[in-house]
Amino acid sequence: METDIYKDIYKTEAIEILDDLEAALLELEDLPDDMPLIDRIFRALHTIKGSGKMFGFDDIADFTHEIENIYDGVRSGKLKVSQDLISLTLTSGDIIRRMVHAEEVSPAERQAMISRFQGIQQGEEKLVDETAGISKAREEKILPEKKQSAIWRVRFKPGRNIFQTGSNLAPLFAELRELGESTVVCHIQDVPGLAGLDPECCYLSWDIVLTTDRGEQAIRDVFIFVEDDSDIAITELEDADSVGQIEQHQRLGEILVEKGDIAQEKLAEILAHKPLIGQTLVQEKLVDQSSIKSALAEQQHIRKLSEKQKEIESSDSVRVAANKLDTLVNLVGELVIVQARLSQHSAMSHEPMAVSIAEEVERLTTELRDNTMSLRMLPIGTTFSKFKRLVRDLSKELGKEIVLEMEGEETQLDKSVIEQLNDPLIHIIRNSIDHGIESPQARLAQGKDKTGVIMLSATQSGADVVISIADDGAGLDAAKIRAKARERGLIAAGEELSEEEVCQLVFEPGFSTAEVVSDVSGRGVGMDVVKRGVEALRGHIEISSRRNEGTKITIRLPLTLAIIDGLLVETGGEMYVIPQAAVIECFEQTREDIENAHGNNVINVWGQMMPYICLRQRFDIAGDIPQSRRVILCEANGRKAGLAVDRVIGNYQTVIKPVGEIYKNIECISGATILGDGTVALILDPVKLLKEEQSVSLRDKIRTR
Amino acid sequence: MTVDTITQTDQYLTFKIDEEYFTVNVRNVREILEYTKITKMPDAPHFMRGIINVRGSVIPVIDLRLKFGMQETVPKSSTRIIVMEIAREVKTLVIGCLADSVKEVIEIAPDQIEPPPEMGTRWKKDYILGVGKYQEEFIMLLDIKKLFSTAELTTIDQPVLEEEGQ
Repeated sequence: METDIYKDIYKTEAIEILDDLEAALLELEDLPDDMPLIDRIFRALHTIKGSGKMFGFDDIADFTHEIENIYDGVRSGKLKVSQDLISLTLTSGDIIRRMVHAEEVSPAERQAMISRFQGIQQGEEKLVDETAGISKAREEKILPEKKQSAIWRVRFKPGRNIFQTGSNLAPLFAELRELGESTVVCHIQDVPGLAGLDPECCYLSWDIVLTTDRGEQAIRDVFIFVEDDSDIAITELEDADSVGQIEQHQRLGEILVEKGDIAQEKLAEILAHKPLIGQTLVQEKLVDQSSIKSALAEQQHIRKLSEKQKEIESSDSVRVAANKLDTLVNLVGELVIVQARLSQHSAMSHEPMAVSIAEEVERLTTELRDNTMSLRMLPIGTTFSKFKRLVRDLSKELGKEIVLEMEGEETQLDKSVIEQLNDPLIHIIRNSIDHGIESPQARLAQGKDKTGVIMLSATQSGADVVISIADDGAGLDAAKIRAKARERGLIAAGEELSEEEVCQLVFEPGFSTAEVVSDVSGRGVGMDVVKRGVEALRGHIEISSRRNEGTKITIRLPLTLAIIDGLLVETGGEMYVIPQAAVIECFEQTREDIENAHGNNVINVWGQMMPYICLRQRFDIAGDIPQSRRVILCEANGRKAGLAVDRVIGNYQTVIKPVGEIYKNIECISGATILGDGTVALILDPVKLLKEEQSVSLRDKIRTR
Repeated sequence: MTVDTITQTDQYLTFKIDEEYFTVNVRNVREILEYTKITKMPDAPHFMRGIINVRGSVIPVIDLRLKFGMQETVPKSSTRIIVMEIAREVKTLVIGCLADSVKEVIEIAPDQIEPPPEMGTRWKKDYILGVGKYQEEFIMLLDIKKLFSTAELTTIDQPVLEEEGQ
């Protein structure tokens, strides 16, 4: 069971790394000489391999190992980055992804990939040899700039007579310790029996493993006064910075061989028989106990260092299960409701102390709310970068030249929104590539640049995030859509729609853009699916298009799905919340004002006639209109209209509760919230209400004609 | 689901709507609440009375009187909201059901349940799984899976009562 958990962790991690790998590869396409990028790719491959091996994904590890080897060549300048290499690596990334998802990948397929890599390698190597001189020079230039910490092994064997010159060895170790973290092992095997011991001689020697960024000279300087009388060997083990990534540390036997304590052949001989190397070596009297101890200490030192490095990495961010965050958000939601009750009661109590405490609680709750919400926020760029790959592959397949430009990748959105947005965005971009952007020839014939542009942008506006996908392709053919809509009865006879309204018809179910706009076989998924996806997120989608100039699809999404600022209003005893982001102004409307309008739902706003929706009429609420009521002027999605209510109660921190599956088709309500007294208030959707108003007035216009 | 699928003795909650007794398996009953103000939902079928707050969750409430073509439930001191749970493929549906009064939990064996009669009841037999006996009264076992299907709850249809002479 436990291994399953780890395997799951590995999978999630591997997928994240693969995403990063893909992003890095696509960047590398633009900057083929960027060393840090190549390092990033190498690291990604290395980690997939390393942890794959650790968790028993041997297939993945072996396959990745081959690619890693290739990139090792790239890193050392033996192999040049080419278009083919990147394409091949991207495809391999897909294969690894499939393997991570436990899909069957035949060994033949893997082998084929590897041989293609090797093909590139062989073809390239000759080429690079000629230019090697240049790249080497470049590398040398880079090297001295690095100031990395390294692990050093110091073997210090003082001369027997060292004490006679008055040297004190203890301060040396203190000095070494100042250079960095060190592990010291003392060898005592040369100390003779008491009878033969000369108290004025030094029989000891030491092995020191030291991590420092000060370089070899600094270490040598420590021993400067004793070096004439002693054997001092200083060797560099490895980059301390890379320790974190290298999962497999040197084995005990390897360390011993490297230090010259035992010959390679002897070691191999022993290894062939016995598994426990340390014990065996001592038994066979090939090395003594203290050499083993020293080697073990070294191993320990490096291991400790790598653990420490991991700790540093993980302290930057904490992985939290999404459902824990959801619980936290829910709890904050409950707290907000309780706080509303507290504020309500304290205001009625007229007790200054209670009021001031309630205000304090309110301030803290708001802060807590904002902070909690921000925990769930992610930059949308994580999704955007995935589309680069989509555009690259699909445009190649269709023989089109398309670049994807991005803007506002740092815009933050709720994690769950981003996830659910993925599919709709893929559909839209596919449509743009497939049906929007024309072939290079067609573009040139029209006097356009032969490379098409798809612009993906995100901006925050108020409590909404606006995402737009614009292409400079063929655009929608309004006439064709109109004809099709007539045929399907979507436009009633005699009904005239503006071009803009016609475009929105592509969102109607069963209205595939493939049928309407071009004759290319319908890869494009119906836009109604896209619309439904966006609306499930309480978002709105609109399309605008100009023939031969392009199409722009705009998606508006709420920042969070959990808590918003709202305006609490009342009509005939029913409570409603209007999202604050949509509210512009409130006006008073008396019965006389209503009479003066002669049955038209319009109100005079600063000399301008503004239509409004009477909630009492719209929602069929019983009761008379009071002597004086309020009209709240709202703006949503570029439309302006008023909402007439009996009374405005005030600002309200609104915790959004879904109204459930049964009411999901009710468009003008986006959710519900629980008030301080435990009753439920509905949250109005201004965008839908104002749109309704517009189509109502449109119908009126047609009727009067 | 038919009456044949009931193979074991189970406990059932009985309640009254108008003068008729109804019952549902206790397994589908989450809790019974006193009547509380229901927030009206616009643009919904009239038998869907609206939503209530049950400890922080929003739950829809159905008025079976309206669904069965009777007068709207007028809250009395005995009026209750029975919160029921119906397992669905994706998510469990939780719905409140208005009852004029709630009686008791009884045990009914499978052989005590008869298939709904073809004729002679006021209720459309589509929503009745079977008929049992309770204190010499007939008791209608509701087919809540069908009655509370999304299609039933979202479409505004009227004729639920069997028309006479049919």
